[in-house]
Amino acid sequence: MFLSMNWISDFVDLSGLDKLELISKFSLSTAEVENEIFHKGSDISGIVVAEIKSVENHPESKKLHLLKVDIGEAELVDVVCGAPNVKVGMKTAFAKLGAQIGDITITPRKLAGYTSNGMCCSEKEIGISDSNDGIMEITDDLPNGTDLKSVYQIEDIVFEVDNKSLTNRPDLWGHYGIAREFAAIAGRELKPLPKADLSVYNNLKKVDLKIEDPLCYRYSCLQFEGISKHISPVNMRIRLYYCGMRALNFLADLTNYLMLEMGQPMHAFDSRKVEKIRVKRFDKPFKFTTLDGVERDIDENTLMICNGDIPVAIAGIMGGLDSEIVESTSTLTLESATFDASSIRKSTVRLAHRTDASMRYEKSLDPEMTTDAIARFVKLLTDIDEKAVVVSSLTDESAFKYDSINLEFDKAFVNKYTGIEIPDETIIKTLTALGFGVDYANGNFKVVVPSWRSTKDVTMKADIIEEITRIYGYDNFDVNTAAVPLYPVRAAQEKSDEDRIKDILVKRYSMHELHSYIWAYHDEYKALGIEIEDNVELINATNPNIKTIRKAIVPTQLCQLKYNTGFDSDYSVFEIGRVVNGIGDNGLCNERKKLCVSIYSKTKEMEEIYFELRDILCIIADDIKHEKLTFAKKEATHSYQHPKNLNAIICGGKEIGEIGIVNAAVSKKIDKKANIVYAEIDVSDFASVQNASISYKEASRFPEIEIDLSFVTLTYAPIAKAIENANCSFIKDVSVTDTYTDESGKSITIRIIFSHPEKTLSKEEVLEVVNVILADLETQNIKLKNGLPM
Amino acid sequence: MSAKTSEIKLKFLEALQTISNAEELEKIRVEYIGKKGYVTELLKEMKNLSNEEKKTFGQEVNILKNEVNDKISEKREELRLKEIELENSRMPEFDISMPPKLKRGSYHPITLVQRQCEEVFRSMGFAIEDYSEIVTDYECFEALNIPKNHPARDMQDTYYLENGQLLKSHTSAAQNAIYKKYKDALINDGKPIKAIFPGRCFRNEATDACHENTFFQMEGVMVDKNISISNLIFFMKTMLSEVFQKDIKVRLRPGFFPFVEPGFELDISCLICGGDGCPSCKHSGWLELCPCGMIHPEVLRMGGIDPEEYTGFAFGLGLTRLAMMKYGVKDIRDLNSGSLKNLAQFTDDK
Repeated sequence: MFLSMNWISDFVDLSGLDKLELISKFSLSTAEVENEIFHKGSDISGIVVAEIKSVENHPESKKLHLLKVDIGEAELVDVVCGAPNVKVGMKTAFAKLGAQIGDITITPRKLAGYTSNGMCCSEKEIGISDSNDGIMEITDDLPNGTDLKSVYQIEDIVFEVDNKSLTNRPDLWGHYGIAREFAAIAGRELKPLPKADLSVYNNLKKVDLKIEDPLCYRYSCLQFEGISKHISPVNMRIRLYYCGMRALNFLADLTNYLMLEMGQPMHAFDSRKVEKIRVKRFDKPFKFTTLDGVERDIDENTLMICNGDIPVAIAGIMGGLDSEIVESTSTLTLESATFDASSIRKSTVRLAHRTDASMRYEKSLDPEMTTDAIARFVKLLTDIDEKAVVVSSLTDESAFKYDSINLEFDKAFVNKYTGIEIPDETIIKTLTALGFGVDYANGNFKVVVPSWRSTKDVTMKADIIEEITRIYGYDNFDVNTAAVPLYPVRAAQEKSDEDRIKDILVKRYSMHELHSYIWAYHDEYKALGIEIEDNVELINATNPNIKTIRKAIVPTQLCQLKYNTGFDSDYSVFEIGRVVNGIGDNGLCNERKKLCVSIYSKTKEMEEIYFELRDILCIIADDIKHEKLTFAKKEATHSYQHPKNLNAIICGGKEIGEIGIVNAAVSKKIDKKANIVYAEIDVSDFASVQNASISYKEASRFPEIEIDLSFVTLTYAPIAKAIENANCSFIKDVSVTDTYTDESGKSITIRIIFSHPEKTLSKEEVLEVVNVILADLETQNIKLKNGLPM
Repeated sequence: MSAKTSEIKLKFLEALQTISNAEELEKIRVEYIGKKGYVTELLKEMKNLSNEEKKTFGQEVNILKNEVNDKISEKREELRLKEIELENSRMPEFDISMPPKLKRGSYHPITLVQRQCEEVFRSMGFAIEDYSEIVTDYECFEALNIPKNHPARDMQDTYYLENGQLLKSHTSAAQNAIYKKYKDALINDGKPIKAIFPGRCFRNEATDACHENTFFQMEGVMVDKNISISNLIFFMKTMLSEVFQKDIKVRLRPGFFPFVEPGFELDISCLICGGDGCPSCKHSGWLELCPCGMIHPEVLRMGGIDPEEYTGFAFGLGLTRLAMMKYGVKDIRDLNSGSLKNLAQFTDDK
């Protein structure tokens, strides 16, 4: 919304004050002002009233005219002018020699062989309207040579307030409310709004009016006729233009002017078309043509203004085409009303049609304003057009009244909330300036909230704090730390696990952390041959590609590997993010936090990176939980999973995720030559595994015995199990030293290190244990390959 | 000295001259002072000598034996040094000027900025909380005093799921749960609520270089008996100065958010020009950074905290925006793109 300092100054005397500084204070105390401040007319000078005394056609040009104009000086001035609307006797705006229009200085200039000693100006040229059809026509009776700036408010400071920052301030949608803020900020008096006394019309007939729907809070109207003016006064037009509105005709301009001044939208009907005003909704949808000529669908929730049963306007949004003021209109009915804000907002959204009026109604306008606005309208109307007469009494119906809000608080409350000491007098002065009624005694405040702040904005004590502090100025606050008791704060296990996992993966394994989106990408998944399945869906995604929520991060990460083709021959990535595993019995989404890791390699064998990833996971479990991971073969159920190499990850007896090789069908689509393995772990499940503590064992001072054993076996698992079964306290370590395949099949060579804390072990003691292990394996038909080494 | 010993000695010294490695040396040692060596053999001749002669000859042979022994040790040391010298000289001189191979991992920039913020608040005794991304209407709106007909609830801003839940549109959605989690400790034990909760948020809007449907925020709240606007300004200024590692000027402007009263927009002095005005701050000297305010009494009440007794502040920092400002990321979409060419640069930043 654009605001004019001239207009604001109608209501508060700001003379002697730095306007720009006031505007910046306003920005800090009331609502955000956009950076660019417009200094209207400051680059215009030397424009005077000129009367055209003679008009001759240029002998060689069809467009140009040769004029003699009177600018109040001894001699007439010769001017060449191309405007089509020149005529003798017309008064216009004239830039004298030496005049300034923006960067241009007016000098004598040859035009098609004739010298022009100045320039007749259009309104656009002097920046007071968009009109560039011809030169400005001045109808006011002004002496020739009068400096235009001395009679018209061409010079003004205009600033723009971000509409969003006024959302909660229905009182700031007009200049008068803004002026109240300036008055409070500057410590100056707010002048009363000049209004007509409407009681003099009390004995005139009433308008036939009935509110039939409580969504209309108040409806006030008045009829008048005899308007003789068609064009608005120049100053009014300039203000409208500077505030971003086009001047239309006097009546439309006046309703707009009033809206910009008071924030009250108004509408004028042809009285013939609204003999019986009824405000209501209809049972059935219908079509309605608004005055912009657009046919709109009206439904049963849209509040309408009607003539009896015939709709004539969409309440609070726009009038109808049929009831518009036309040439033959003699009597006008002026509407000034308030409606339920959310009803108007919903209708606006439904109709996809937002107007200056609806924008204001959405903010919960003050119903007390409707009659004042009519009184102000009548004052302006009759001041400007003496022939206009009021022909009805003020007709006013109310269906809803806001309660008066009274708040009580003491000084201690203000001190507690602000943390500083603001003097009582400052509080009283601020609240009074903003229109609050203040009753103060002994540190206790009783405050009456003004009607224009009572519709939703100020309802409780904390709201009063804002009023006091914003005018006091946040820059003036003493800034202090809080005096609160100290207690230790323990980090949540999951949070610290997460941080450590990230550190291990980045620092130890040089992995890259990525972020991705929570949805399953239909197109990208499809390109890799990954199915979407029965995932939870968004109901209002505008893009069908993202309408489903992912169940696992793996597919997303595979898409990212595809996206990073060519980044490097070998790299690995991870993400800690969320997935949704369907909807639970409680109706809520089963959201899980997952860690997903992938290794991509063009130089290493699949087996190598598969074990690399497994070992990384084991290190994570060992480092963070001091736990060993175990793995259990899993059945592939998704297209990206490998039919053979897919294992569940088990930690502390709990299945926490899976590790696998990417199915060739998918991996070949990512890169024909790359090997890809992945793992996905449930971070919360992992975090819930109890941290085992480090159990320290003093190293033995006695010699160790190493023994190497080779078995013909396909898997290591039975060997591990047999060693575990032997339950020998002096087996210190077991490692695999070799695996190979020869004519007798796959063999695994292990090395067992025996160590006793208190003695040197004898061969016999060791062999006894080894024989137990061998016997165990024998039962599973796993034989020692080359006999006992000792 | 007898002619025999002199001859042996001479022969030994000559032989020693020809030695070039440890094996030859050992051979000579055995040849002379081994069990059947020349020197050892000499002693066998003693039985033919008189007692007087035995004594002299014995001494003579012992001296020779010691001499041979010493010479061999000397030679051994000489050979060892030669060997080391040879090994060192065989090692080529490596070209240290070859470019280093820096295969490093990387953190997501949001992680880096989030950790910096967390560190500041952790140092001031704030708990770091995590919250789900999918929340209920109650958590996201109702408990935050956002009425049913508020524009923030419009379908076009929020992603709704088939079960009526929604993707949280702001981290404030965790406020109610945080209050409920800590209210007993506040009320019964007098422990102030101090918590931050970073998290991912979602808005249903079209994406471009400046707009994302998925972004990170960090909410913070502090509630106790006398928390004031003055405290709020202090914490915001301190936190931001720590995060940016320089003295940051802050200013508050009134801002309307249903869950705070009074509510503020917090601006910081422009990081580029320091407040003088430049293109990045549109010549105003200020950057709008984060909404904040005193927690609305209704919001406290819904969290089980009596607003007559307790007050508090809340703020919502845009972590994504902060990361972009800090690292000069111009296109917000780079952050979720997974593009390693961009993201692998964020190795660490502490």
